[in-house]
Amino acid sequence: MPKIFVNNKEVEVAANATILDAARLVGVQIPTLCYYEGKAPIGACRVCLVEVEGARTLVASCSTPVIDGMKIHTNNQRVREARRTVVELILSEHEGSCQYCTRSEDCELKEIASHLGIEDIHYKGEKPVVHFDNSTPALVRDSGKCIKCRRCVTVCAEVQGVGALFPQNRGYKTMIGPAFAMDLDSVACVQCGQCAAICPVGAIQEKNDIDKVWAALEDKTKHVVVQTAPAIRAALGECFDYPPGTLVTGKMVTALRRIGFHSVFDTNFTADLTIIEEGTELLMRLKKALVEKQPVSLPMFTSCSPGWIKFAEYYYPEFLPNLSSCKSPQQMFGALAKTYYATQNGIKPEDMVVVSIMPCTAKKFEAQRPEMNSSGVQDVDYVLTTRELGFMIESAGIDFRNLEDGTMDSPLGISTGAADIFANTGGVMEAALRTVYELVTGREFPGADLRLGPVEGLAGIKAASLVITGTVPEWSFLENVEVKVAVAHGLANAANLLDQIKAGKANYHFIEVMTCTGGCIGGGGQPRYTDDSVRMARINAIYEEDAGKKLRKSHTNPQVKKLYDEFLKKPLGEKSHHLLHTHYHERDKN
Amino acid sequence: MEKELLEREVKEIADSWKGKEGNLIMVLHQIQNRYGYVPREVSLVLSEILDVPLARIYEVITFYHFFRLTPPGKHTISVCMGTACYLKGGAELMTELEHLLCVKPGETTKDGQFHLEMVRCLGCCGLAPVLKIGEKIYGGVKKKDIGDIIAHYSEEAEAQVTE
Repeated sequence: MPKIFVNNKEVEVAANATILDAARLVGVQIPTLCYYEGKAPIGACRVCLVEVEGARTLVASCSTPVIDGMKIHTNNQRVREARRTVVELILSEHEGSCQYCTRSEDCELKEIASHLGIEDIHYKGEKPVVHFDNSTPALVRDSGKCIKCRRCVTVCAEVQGVGALFPQNRGYKTMIGPAFAMDLDSVACVQCGQCAAICPVGAIQEKNDIDKVWAALEDKTKHVVVQTAPAIRAALGECFDYPPGTLVTGKMVTALRRIGFHSVFDTNFTADLTIIEEGTELLMRLKKALVEKQPVSLPMFTSCSPGWIKFAEYYYPEFLPNLSSCKSPQQMFGALAKTYYATQNGIKPEDMVVVSIMPCTAKKFEAQRPEMNSSGVQDVDYVLTTRELGFMIESAGIDFRNLEDGTMDSPLGISTGAADIFANTGGVMEAALRTVYELVTGREFPGADLRLGPVEGLAGIKAASLVITGTVPEWSFLENVEVKVAVAHGLANAANLLDQIKAGKANYHFIEVMTCTGGCIGGGGQPRYTDDSVRMARINAIYEEDAGKKLRKSHTNPQVKKLYDEFLKKPLGEKSHHLLHTHYHERDKN
Repeated sequence: MEKELLEREVKEIADSWKGKEGNLIMVLHQIQNRYGYVPREVSLVLSEILDVPLARIYEVITFYHFFRLTPPGKHTISVCMGTACYLKGGAELMTELEHLLCVKPGETTKDGQFHLEMVRCLGCCGLAPVLKIGEKIYGGVKKKDIGDIIAHYSEEAEAQVTE
């Protein structure tokens, strides 16, 4: 292992480490903009310049491998001045509208400039052509603010396997965007918002729907309810300077009530319901295949993640029959709120406004899909990201950190621990197995603490299998069947898994796919900046939330049972079919 | 061109580079050799065949000045801006051409007759300032000569020759 010196401090690092890795190892901060954890460095932004003794020029630390005996200086006059010049040049072309940019609080460029002590820009750069892309329901792009660091290019192409964004033209005229200067709605973008989550400045952001929600809340004729996705409670705290992985469920509920929502509900409720519907659907497919020997689309894929749905519609339409027909929990909630809940409370669906708080930008797109009108009107009216909720709480003058804990309203706010873990990669799989296993065998799922270790964590593709024994008579056809499951997160991983299945190299019964790395806790609408350590902190918090629940299996949710007794009658029944299930259609990529 | 025929032609070119790393740029070279530019429909077909995002293809096309997104003019006028030609008035020739043809460097006239471009040194500095039309070199060109040179290549002139 090479020994090197960072600011005269000796450190031993792995042979393939870069100077940046080495510096981080010894607690030396080097600013970066284009660097993306875990992906090949591109060295585009040049803000991570350091001095290596004996080298002719300063080098980019992110892309320079260490050599034994290397003496590196990260903070001397020459380095500081060079970095300052680089950042001044970036700023000279940055049409930032910084006084009122929504990123002004967490703008990475601004932070780096401030740390470098930049007080003036010595270069009067020509400003770029400003193109504002407002074409999708989920995302907005402002080329004037773009600093061409290309992090969005990396995440879109390499993590998500989509490649909607690439640099176009060269030099000063470079623009990051879709081909032929098209807008995002004209290309195969899945609107996952990972680009918005990773953008260091305000060039790509979610489409802001906060004012529409305020307007609905002030409209005396409207009954406004809110649902919160499980991933919010483990991340919202970060908007108020809590460390990642702080659970703020109770404070979140109180904040939502203070904002003025008439009822504070939980997407967890319909997550539990999803398990009942999707679990039954899986068993029906297995029965058809194993007992009736009918052709049936297996493996079955989960359908909670709207980015994944759109991805399959564009890139893998041959797998659409394999997708569970279950709507996502968000859309199940909307459909039930405007039917079941509305009828119970004597409210007309058109007088109701359903607001979702989601870790996701693709949910904004999903809510506007024409299929999502089972109640007769649009089932979910507005979707806010975790970040937007953070803004909203702040602008309402609510002192979040000093709020007392509140509890969700009944009936649509009651949930089990199985619903909480929908937020994590592998969680939907675990939640489904908790219920399906018990249904089939009459015994509790045997995993330690009701969990299935191999499907958890940040490996891109995970698999597990279990042999089912001791089945109850109704499901005896599953006796001694080895049920194989897999989990993928990050669409490039999902694509890899799908290719393996297509090539006959892999074979599963049930597969969970989540669009974003880590699952919803790493969604495109979550507080910035999300790296693997933040993902793990949020994942652990979600499992903590699950472990703290008295009820941890979806089929034990008393309100879900009541919903079936009073309203839906049975899983996959006629009402379910109408309200909780949907269909998909192939999309043209270009 | 018919989509089917186009697909067949593009596939033929793409197949010859299949599985080779860095094949995109080689395929694009051959496409441009075949069609004179990279038509948009070809990029769409290529994206499918090579399984490369369209935006990535467009990145390569727009990064290298060599690739063209529009059909080339019938005659390419290259004005040399190498040091010698520049000092001897290359820029003036360019301005005159822009004025006469109503195009900027890198553009093609509406009638598709002329494509104007700037080049760096054609290797005959002794003749500066130089411009090249097709394969023919014009040396020691003065601003006032430009009109006559162009007239020679214009559509009407060509029509007369054929008559």
